[in-house]
Amino acid sequence: MLHFIKKLYYGDIPDASSGAAPLNDKQQPATDWPLWEVFIRSKQGLDHKHVGSLHATDAQMAIENARDVYTRRQEGVSIWVVESKYITASNPAEAGELYEPAADKVYRHPTFYDLPDEVKHM
Amino acid sequence: MEMRNLEELFQQKIDQEVKIEPKDWMPDAYRKTNIRQISQHAHSEIVGMLPEGNWISRAPSLKRKAILIAKVQDEAGHGLYLYAAAETLGQSREQMINDLHSGKAKYSSIFNYPTLTWADMGAVGWLVDGAAIMNQVMLTRTSYGPYARAMVRICKEESFHQRQGFETLLVLSKGSEAQRALCQDAINRWWWPSLMMFGPRDSESTNSDMSMKWKIKRKTNDELRQQFVDMIAEQVKLLGMTLPDPNLRWNESRNHCDFGEINWDEFWQVVKGNGPCNKERLEARKKAWEDGAWVREAAQAHANKQRTRNKAA
Repeated sequence: MLHFIKKLYYGDIPDASSGAAPLNDKQQPATDWPLWEVFIRSKQGLDHKHVGSLHATDAQMAIENARDVYTRRQEGVSIWVVESKYITASNPAEAGELYEPAADKVYRHPTFYDLPDEVKHM
Repeated sequence: MEMRNLEELFQQKIDQEVKIEPKDWMPDAYRKTNIRQISQHAHSEIVGMLPEGNWISRAPSLKRKAILIAKVQDEAGHGLYLYAAAETLGQSREQMINDLHSGKAKYSSIFNYPTLTWADMGAVGWLVDGAAIMNQVMLTRTSYGPYARAMVRICKEESFHQRQGFETLLVLSKGSEAQRALCQDAINRWWWPSLMMFGPRDSESTNSDMSMKWKIKRKTNDELRQQFVDMIAEQVKLLGMTLPDPNLRWNESRNHCDFGEINWDEFWQVVKGNGPCNKERLEARKKAWEDGAWVREAAQAHANKQRTRNKAA
């Protein structure tokens, strides 16, 4: 794998035996809790904004974890969480059909119209 | 569309500084390189809690203890931002944790050095976090969107880490003879390992360089290392301390500091697992995981019970 990326950069640690002990019998494999997307309102009057994701067993734990992970420095006054599986995203491959129709409609923008300077603010 | 076209379109986006997002097409090697790098970075944050955790119960004052707890908590948070970024590439958290515990995945070698005295908390913040910040600032402009966004958040929080470290040393440097000696000793021990954090020299590799072409990285190891040496060589004067390198001096013609040769034998030894604390660190991670198993099970059981109850109601 990655045979052609051999140059090592900072934080990129070479694949050599780390000398780690093998997993012992007590070692339980991790099992993931559901993934949640986190949205935070930074102050009253602003939208909730996507900040990242985390794992939690249920919605209440997701909010508590989001508080710890994403608002340690008063970044938020309100948190939304939604299980990631419920988010439907548009397909980047369909970006053309979805967004290009708006590209040739310059008349939708106020700057399209030449008005005399006397109009001032409009 | 043909593979070739997709790759060309991908490279065009990179060249035009358009970020790559999770659902976008990307070459397999780009995905794998990012998964490897981001997860190593996440593991480094998580294992990086251990050398400092060592001093929480022995911090010299309540203030220093509160600061250290906040810093270690940040590192847990940074690990989580990064795990989440790696997960957007299709790697499960479970797999990453298992790879760390089995020794398959790597983390920064710097955390395989011991923290012997309180002054080490200062040196770690100033030098180790300082070196990490050089890399992290560069990574805020990396081409993969979720990684870049995680780095922006991390950089905002990381600045306090370095400042508190320098301030810790500053206090010691103005203290008693014994405290000054403690300060100098910590600098002596952490200087060379900090320089090793930047990785092998650029001349060590002649391979084609996809990480730069794909703008995962934007500066080479030697560029970042030089930037770091120039910065620290100035800051150490403010502490009235010295760096343990007789060859360190300002070079007018290069407009940079010259510095001595890193002990590359030591570098590779630690990478290969023979550093002072490699085994101890991994054992500590695994123990924390095992000891926490009942908590994870209980949380899951509680969630299941609540769900059943809510359905019944």
